Amino acid sequence: MAKSIDIVVNGKRHKVAATPDTSLLYVLRNELDLMGPKFGCGLAQCGACTVHIAGVPFRSCVLPVSAVGNRRVTTLDGLAERYRDTKGIKDPDRLHPVQQAFIDEQAMQCGYCSNGWIMTAAAMLEGKPDASDEEIRRGLTGLKCRCGAHMSVLRAVKRAAMTMA
Amino acid sequence: MAHMSLDSLRRSRRAFLQSGGALVVSFLMPIPGVAAPGASGPWPAKVAADLLDSWLAVNADGTISAAVGKIEAGMGIGTAFAQIVAEELDVAIERVHIRMGDTATTPDQRGTGSSNGIIQGVPALRSAAAEARQALLGMAAVHLQTPVEKLAIRDGIIRAVDKPARSVSYRDLVGGKRFELKVSGKAPVKSPADYRLVGQPVPRIDIPLKARAEYVYLVDHKVPGMLHGRVIRPPRAGAKLVRVATGQKLPGLVKVVARGDFLGVVCDREEQAIRAARELRVDWSKPEAMFPASYDALYAHLRSATPKVTQVARGGAGNVDEALAGAAVKVNAQYEYPFQSHASMGPACAIADVRPNEARVWSGGQKPYPLRKAIAEVAGLPLEAVRVTWMPGPGSYGMNDADDAALDATVLSQATGRPVRVQYMRADGTGWDPKAPPIAFRLRGGFDTGGALVALDYEARGFSGRVRANSTDGAGDSLAGQLIGGFQAASTDLFQFSDEAYKIANKRKTSHIVAWEKSLATGLRTAHLRDPDGMATCFASESFIDELAAAANADPVEFRRRYLANPNHVAAVTAAAERAGWETRPSPRVKGVASGVVKGRGIAYAPRAGAIVATVAEVEVHMASGVVRVTRFVTAHDCGYVVNPLNLKGTIEANLIQSMSRTMHEEVRFDDSRVTSVDWLTYPIVDITEVPDAIDIVLLNNRPDAESKGAGEPASRPTAAAIANAIFDATGVRIRRVPFTPEALRAAFNAAARGA
Repeated sequence: MAKSIDIVVNGKRHKVAATPDTSLLYVLRNELDLMGPKFGCGLAQCGACTVHIAGVPFRSCVLPVSAVGNRRVTTLDGLAERYRDTKGIKDPDRLHPVQQAFIDEQAMQCGYCSNGWIMTAAAMLEGKPDASDEEIRRGLTGLKCRCGAHMSVLRAVKRAAMTMA
Repeated sequence: MAHMSLDSLRRSRRAFLQSGGALVVSFLMPIPGVAAPGASGPWPAKVAADLLDSWLAVNADGTISAAVGKIEAGMGIGTAFAQIVAEELDVAIERVHIRMGDTATTPDQRGTGSSNGIIQGVPALRSAAAEARQALLGMAAVHLQTPVEKLAIRDGIIRAVDKPARSVSYRDLVGGKRFELKVSGKAPVKSPADYRLVGQPVPRIDIPLKARAEYVYLVDHKVPGMLHGRVIRPPRAGAKLVRVATGQKLPGLVKVVARGDFLGVVCDREEQAIRAARELRVDWSKPEAMFPASYDALYAHLRSATPKVTQVARGGAGNVDEALAGAAVKVNAQYEYPFQSHASMGPACAIADVRPNEARVWSGGQKPYPLRKAIAEVAGLPLEAVRVTWMPGPGSYGMNDADDAALDATVLSQATGRPVRVQYMRADGTGWDPKAPPIAFRLRGGFDTGGALVALDYEARGFSGRVRANSTDGAGDSLAGQLIGGFQAASTDLFQFSDEAYKIANKRKTSHIVAWEKSLATGLRTAHLRDPDGMATCFASESFIDELAAAANADPVEFRRRYLANPNHVAAVTAAAERAGWETRPSPRVKGVASGVVKGRGIAYAPRAGAIVATVAEVEVHMASGVVRVTRFVTAHDCGYVVNPLNLKGTIEANLIQSMSRTMHEEVRFDDSRVTSVDWLTYPIVDITEVPDAIDIVLLNNRPDAESKGAGEPASRPTAAAIANAIFDATGVRIRRVPFTPEALRAAFNAAARGA
């Protein structure tokens, strides 16, 4: 198959073999071997596949790869590096504050959905670091967590907000 | 390593190095007691459980590998296991690697179920680690020419107490070598007084990896040459496969696989398989409707059908019929609990590589050891030619769709002669996973003239929760086996009794199981879902106790304490009420018709396999819309000694939120011939905007001499009843059918207001 599309993911340009209508999720997972975005529903109903495109959260399961264009894609795999680059942080172990808060608050059970929460919260707090509890809840509405780890997620996002504000 | 791509190895290696902990990357580590994994079969029928080397190894680099026949279901049990091993061996937890659920390299403990991970995994690992410690001390005594009593261990280094300069490490003694010892079970274990890790809030080993996208889930696993498969299920329950179009041009199509009514496609790329499954032209028969047309019809069927089998629970008392006949005040109520789906966050995935003489399968199910037998059966291979390797999936909560995917991948791989990865679509996951069974209840109670409760009669009528067995020991237990046909299912009757310990002079519990075996090839076959039947039976039983308390004009906590004798049960109810700041008074709070926004609190309690849970729910009810919000949960939880209290609190919180979701939202929708819950819109679950403001947890009997009880599920049990009781307290209206949707509640409030 001719590699006809190229996309920039986590700071690197890739040529991809998929047809233009292939969803970005399958390209990220199967061609680029990324592990952050997960298949949860394929219907943009759960958020497990969330990635940032030019800093905005998108559900990659319903987004054709051809729609990405030249905008940079960031996945959870590259979130920390992107944060360090943006902030000029040299420490290679520094994570995005939302990732760190999820670790500090033990904010998951199985973790299959965590990608969606972390990526959505990261984009939300970058735009509004002083989000109130109510704004955090509303900002995360629609994301699914089947295990029921929501309480710890809320604690983590509040903690991250305090770090970022 | 023949089956690992370099890239996934690189990722795994990186993950392994960064984790310092429990990863399922068995191929990287020396394997205790058995041939190097990755090598071809045959594999032993069982990894010898009596050999120390089967459980534990000191690696050449001084790290410790421990193996256990359990799996990580997303609650952090791998960390608890690492704590146990690190504790007994006196090494840093970072040096312990736990391997789980590989039929070729980890002892067969059947896998995980019934919250038995800690109960069975911990003693086995503790015993093995104690044995290894004893052996290492013996070797060190010779090496250091010092008696064992004069040796001390710190982080894997054994020193002579008198001459600390004389030391030898575990690595120097046995690194990379076998112990060649049996597990005697007699090696002394550490006194809990000396614990430094067990019982501590140790952070989970897997969470940093998951937050960085470095944890290797089953869905991330890749096998060289792997193709992608998808299944196509019958459009109506019982439909037969009539004809598949031939010559259809579908990009990347490698094969259409049809066996009986099993149908799947295999393509080069994942998106091609999805498209092929969607576009393949297939004719199916149109059979008679197999399902009731609605929940009303379903519950009517359960209440009227002649049961296939009936059991009266042991431990009853007196003569219930006589006592009810003579009661001064009688209370009757009926409750209903629906089909519910596991609805795992990711629809099931599996990879199978079936060769002419052997098969390897990677599966996310809870019980890989029985699954191996089913794989062997469907592939027509001897057991020794099959290896099942568990890898982490999304949370499974019981018999979800994972084992079915493993069988589907096996069938598709065998048909193509290539490794095949199957991941279900959302509709396959929600529409076709095995469901928790619906149950219809009738409860009756009677008071004597003095107001004492003298009779309690509990009757449940439901489909067995093991129509689809709770492990996949044979191909017939799987959907593939059922659709292919000719395989026997191991359906059994699981009776549906409530668990409580009220002392009442005349008491009887009856469970009727109604036949449902015809559902085995459909999306309404019934199986274990977290705390099988426990949420349903407790909903009925503890709602009814609340109704009795109201009839007696008694406070719900005080009424329960009046009839509970077991001090641990009383303690749990009391602790939950005290922490909640329970206001002692009868329910409901308001007399007459409630309006506007009203508040209430309710309590429910239940024992479960030795654990005891009492939960108080506080709710706000918007009368006009029927919307209920739980504002706070308080749970008193007695599961004996807790290996990791931080982890347990996470598990309890998640149980409360998941069971709240099941109470408020969840019922599998269906029409007379198919499941119509196929995604998150048609099977809604809890949203983050609805979760409580606070959850308070009180741990009871958390001390080393209190035996650890299973804690993965009990906190789910009382939730539905606690919420129902709180709604009654707030509104004076009793909700007797799950789920408590705004529509259902509005209808109930309106009916109550009309005096119906």
